[in-house]
Amino acid sequence: MTIATSTELICFLVLGAVVVLGSLGVVLLGNIVYSAFLLGGVFMAVAGLYLLLNASFVAAAQVLVYVGAVNVLILFAIMLVNKREDLKPIEGLPIRRLLSGGVCAGLFVLFFRVVITTPWAVPGPAAIGVGATERIGEHLFTDYLLPFELASVLLLMAMIGAIVLARRDVLEVDVGTGDAVNQGLIEKARTPLLVDKSTP
Amino acid sequence: MLESSSGLVPLQAYLLLAAMLFCIGVWGLINSRNAVRVLMSIELMLNAVNINLMAFSSYIDGDLIRGQVFAVFVITVAAAEAAVGLAILLSLYRNRVTVDMERFNLLRW
Repeated sequence: MTIATSTELICFLVLGAVVVLGSLGVVLLGNIVYSAFLLGGVFMAVAGLYLLLNASFVAAAQVLVYVGAVNVLILFAIMLVNKREDLKPIEGLPIRRLLSGGVCAGLFVLFFRVVITTPWAVPGPAAIGVGATERIGEHLFTDYLLPFELASVLLLMAMIGAIVLARRDVLEVDVGTGDAVNQGLIEKARTPLLVDKSTP
Repeated sequence: MLESSSGLVPLQAYLLLAAMLFCIGVWGLINSRNAVRVLMSIELMLNAVNINLMAFSSYIDGDLIRGQVFAVFVITVAAAEAAVGLAILLSLYRNRVTVDMERFNLLRW
């Protein structure tokens, strides 16, 4: 066992433990803010796994997009909907959790069996390592050009859709004229439309 | 960087780690009552799929790294999904004043 392989093994074990324990914390912890920060830790550990798998570009993209954008977005969403509410207890919740836990354990056993019994074609060709970024660029501009362009359209659509969905048109005065706006036509800031009156 | 394709950590270890992460994500998706946590569980599942893609790309397809290209696309779609999902959540919260998944029953029979 050389130093390189033992270092790789230790890194894999540490990162794997962080991923599994962190994701369990994300799912199980009571406070949603702790869950969000643990999710950032899980994303960083997954980026570390990508580095172990010779993928430095995707690791950097993972840190930038997931930790820098998605996690911050989730934190902002938590901040905007941060009302302490007592969830109404529903009957049969522990049984439901146990049943779904059993289903997920069964799913994992199925995956385990598939992974163990399938004859994987390893070792394949040697990983190209540092040249991976150039190779990704070649792929993106030759044989994956259409998905690449479609991804740009998808991002534009998602951006416009998110703005339209999250916008709230409540203005006290008209921006152009300075007159008071007729509030009867606009959704009020604090009057929800669809609150069910039956459950307080 | 030849070590990882003939190194000590086998391909199956990465696949099992990804399977575990995916199952935890499925459990969270089913059982969460907070809508933000549901979105977090979806992100966990997407990350599990990405780990699978990267492991195959490094161990089996090390020359033409198509798995890494697919992982880049998955990251793109995940970012778009998170933005739209959280916008829908904000709009829903504005109308129902709750994030409890059990009370989003407008479309239930």
